[in-house]
Amino acid sequence: MIVRISGEDQYRLADEQKDRLNELDNAVVTACEGGDEQGYADTFAALLDYVRSNGERVGDDELAGSDLILPPADLSFAEAGTAFNGEGLIPD
Amino acid sequence: MAGLTGRMSTVVKAKVSKLLDRAEDPAETLDYSYQKQVEQLQNVKKGIADVVTAKKRLQMQEKTLQQSVVKLDTQARQALSSGNEDLARTALERKNVAQTELQGLDGQVAELEQQQQKLIDSEQKLRAKIESFRTKKEVIKAQYSAAEAQVRISEAATGVGEQMADVGLAMQRAVDKTENMKARADAVSELEAAGTFDDITALGGGEDDIDRQLKQLSSQPAVDEDLEKMKAELGKGGGGEAPQIAPSGGAGEGAQPSESGQA
Repeated sequence: MIVRISGEDQYRLADEQKDRLNELDNAVVTACEGGDEQGYADTFAALLDYVRSNGERVGDDELAGSDLILPPADLSFAEAGTAFNGEGLIPD
Repeated sequence: MAGLTGRMSTVVKAKVSKLLDRAEDPAETLDYSYQKQVEQLQNVKKGIADVVTAKKRLQMQEKTLQQSVVKLDTQARQALSSGNEDLARTALERKNVAQTELQGLDGQVAELEQQQQKLIDSEQKLRAKIESFRTKKEVIKAQYSAAEAQVRISEAATGVGEQMADVGLAMQRAVDKTENMKARADAVSELEAAGTFDDITALGGGEDDIDRQLKQLSSQPAVDEDLEKMKAELGKGGGGEAPQIAPSGGAGEGAQPSESGQA
């Protein structure tokens, strides 16, 4: 499974690690929905750290699409709530 | 995955497939992708140039404000040593506003610096992927049957397309940040145009509209504190002689207390 952290790199993770990623992602969503800004910052950082420390970086000369794409590390609390609806962050 | 990451993935994948769907046969996909890649690299270069321009503008404003802070501080001392406490207070209020703006600009310049570095990194990564794409497409053309070539081209194009979408995202964020900073830079320019940081000795005796607004803007305790500190410093040597004032003012004009007395 290849996971991209937007604005950084692609990482190769074992398929079994998907469950853990799901848990971490759910924690981010829960913090966002609860309006918990500090909780969002903590859980989102934990999600990215998990990928960075458990994944193996994909080389720049390797061309592969990602199975999963994580938002950039500097995504603000406000952006997390709204920016990925519709056009949002990524221009055509 | 339906959460934050799921939404992000869906949006990016839609962008990439939209990009690739525009071409029908493998050869066309290669050409189209490559052409898009080169265009995107040019865009990134332009984005970096925009960020650098915005940063330079903010840095110039920083310099002006730094000069104003020094000047207003000197003038406050001059006013106080010649017994004009009201004028000294006005100068300190203005100095306070300039310092607050300066702190804001510091943070923004640092943020733009980060954006610039991120874009440079993104450009390098995209360049590496494009180079890899160029090599792969020759291999694919030479070694594979039409059906298999189609699959491999599509893989390679997806890989590079995703990188392009990602650089596009980084660019968009940099542009948004730069826009916000332009608004702040404009606000500082307006303050400058309104004479906020002008020579305090040129002021008349009466309080004008700018003064009243400034008093609301500036934090009064900070000004009071500055004023008391300055009084203590001036009082120490017994009568606030000019030699004591000059070193902290730093400028040659520091030894002309009589001028501020006229204002």
